[in-house]
Amino acid sequence: MKKSLLVVWLMTLTAAIAAAQGGTVLLNAAGATFPYPIYSKWFDVYHTAHPNVQINYQSIGSGGGIRQLQAGTVDFGASDGPMTDEQLAQSKFKILHFPTVLGAVVPTYNIAGVTGELNFTQKALAGIYLGTITKWNDPEIAKANSGVKLPSADIVVVHRSDGSGTSYIWTDFLAKVSDDWKNKVGKAATSVNWPVGLGGKGNEGVTGLVKQTPNAIGYIELIYAVQNNIPYGKVQNAAGKFVKADLAGVTAAAAADAKSIPDDFRVSITNAPGPTVYPISSFTWLLIPAQIQDAAKRDAIKDFLKWMLTEGQKYNEGLSYAQLPKAVIVRETKAISLIQ
Amino acid sequence: MSAAATTIAHEVPPQAGPRAFLHRLRQGDEIAHLITLTFAAVILLLTSMLVYELWVNSHLSRTAFGWSFFWTKVWDPNFDNFGAAPFIYGTLVTSAVALVLAVPLGLASAIFLSELAPRNISDVISFLIDLLAAVPSVIYGLLGIFIVVPLMRTTIGPLLINTVGNVPYIGVLFRGPNYGVGFLTAGIVLAIMVVPFIISVSREVLLTVPREQREAAMALGATRWESTWQVVVPWARTGIMGSVFLALARALGETMAVTMVIGNAAAIKASLLAPGDTIASTIANQFTEATGDLYLSSLIELGLVLFLITFILNGLARILIVATERGGGRPA
Repeated sequence: MKKSLLVVWLMTLTAAIAAAQGGTVLLNAAGATFPYPIYSKWFDVYHTAHPNVQINYQSIGSGGGIRQLQAGTVDFGASDGPMTDEQLAQSKFKILHFPTVLGAVVPTYNIAGVTGELNFTQKALAGIYLGTITKWNDPEIAKANSGVKLPSADIVVVHRSDGSGTSYIWTDFLAKVSDDWKNKVGKAATSVNWPVGLGGKGNEGVTGLVKQTPNAIGYIELIYAVQNNIPYGKVQNAAGKFVKADLAGVTAAAAADAKSIPDDFRVSITNAPGPTVYPISSFTWLLIPAQIQDAAKRDAIKDFLKWMLTEGQKYNEGLSYAQLPKAVIVRETKAISLIQ
Repeated sequence: MSAAATTIAHEVPPQAGPRAFLHRLRQGDEIAHLITLTFAAVILLLTSMLVYELWVNSHLSRTAFGWSFFWTKVWDPNFDNFGAAPFIYGTLVTSAVALVLAVPLGLASAIFLSELAPRNISDVISFLIDLLAAVPSVIYGLLGIFIVVPLMRTTIGPLLINTVGNVPYIGVLFRGPNYGVGFLTAGIVLAIMVVPFIISVSREVLLTVPREQREAAMALGATRWESTWQVVVPWARTGIMGSVFLALARALGETMAVTMVIGNAAAIKASLLAPGDTIASTIANQFTEATGDLYLSSLIELGLVLFLITFILNGLARILIVATERGGGRPA
């Protein structure tokens, strides 16, 4: 028995060495946790179709992804928020942004006696998270929910305790719709100085706190809410309509802004115009160096990007990610030639 | 003096010189000495490298905030304004709560196991307690979320608010909104986590107290309890304190279980029922997504602060041990 094990082991080793010599391209990547499920699916399917390319992705967080890319320890990075001008200026080499999928963040809540879907105005969400709206029967909440009997209980606000792309999208939306938020709490960020509330770690931590605590409200990723059957509310968009988040509404948000997306794709699409748009949506990006010395790696990355924009997009909806709009795919395909 | 009784009679060292060295080398003493010295030095090296790394990498934050880092109450990654005060407070408060709950519980259990319980029962229970000490902290965190937090929100919290909350002075510790998560919940979960350390070490120490001590006390007419409390426990005092500081060290640095039940709010509140945050929990929560240089540097300085707190508390513990040895001392 032992001998046969040894033989198997040796054969695997020889095969691995042979593969390494046979022009296998090993790409290392690190970054955002939010798109990890779709990325691992993509990298797996792509590897099956192109056995000579293996992509190794570590979901260590957007911040870590950016740092590792800047330090040159990975071939490409991934981030839920676009890199800032300052970060780009600090990098020793040019970095390109490629949007890959779209995600959305939804408000979830647990109010005794309320079972239906609540409507949240933009002012209501900003007020709740600023701590200026403290009761569930506040007129700002009540006026959008006629017919729902809201209790006079104190609102328990729940936010993410860990730095996260989900918080980035959420605060990006709040900063856009509320000047108070922008002045007091600031721009979109993966972690901010929350004026009120409790922190839960991860989507599951926030969900757990909201479920356990009466009269709580929290925010979670759409994909997490859908996969775990967690009820969530509608949010008022820029056109004044209350929209329940779904994949079509998220793609609509990206399509609405497609023309105004800058050439480097660093854009926020929260609160985009249009009646069907879900307002708390965002791209997530791959961060690719503009110049890659290793020709084999360069070709592999470029080919993967092309595949991701065509074949890859078909896997999105199965995993509850919204597809990129056509206009964005066309522009990204052109941008691939910038990688040299 | 007992010191004389416990001193091991040292052999007279052989004459210095190359021959003596060779002699010792042949006997293996010198080799053993060198090997153990190297390993001891490695520990020292590791510690100093740790401090060095923390010091160097927190340079940005140290120059930007100086000493005010210790008392600034704001932690705002968006405006690059960082202060450790809420986290220092949270770390100290949760650890203090944990010790207040765990020390009486642990000590009483240890006394029972070493003095009163039959030896074989004591051994079985001790084995189980050692198992408890090896449970990963995330399991204790889950225990906290699913059992302690709901219990705090529905039963213990309201009970404390309605009773102790009305008492002057200490009442402020138990007022305000009760979410189930907060300093007290974190302290309770920490207490559950550190109690096995206190029991296990204290029991071992109590068992090493010489039999003659107990017999002598009883011969003088002491009851079993009097001999335990007035003779055995004071004899083992140093070791018991050691177990408490081991527990404190674990409580100060605990991350996962605390994060899950403390509420993660960077705020200083008098009420133990309010949500807060600790140093270790903040570092674990925010490190992966910290993008700004100053932000990252401040998180590393938080690590340095935690090291400093542990260092100071350990120093105080030494002083305390020395002081109790001198005053009173062991009954000889």
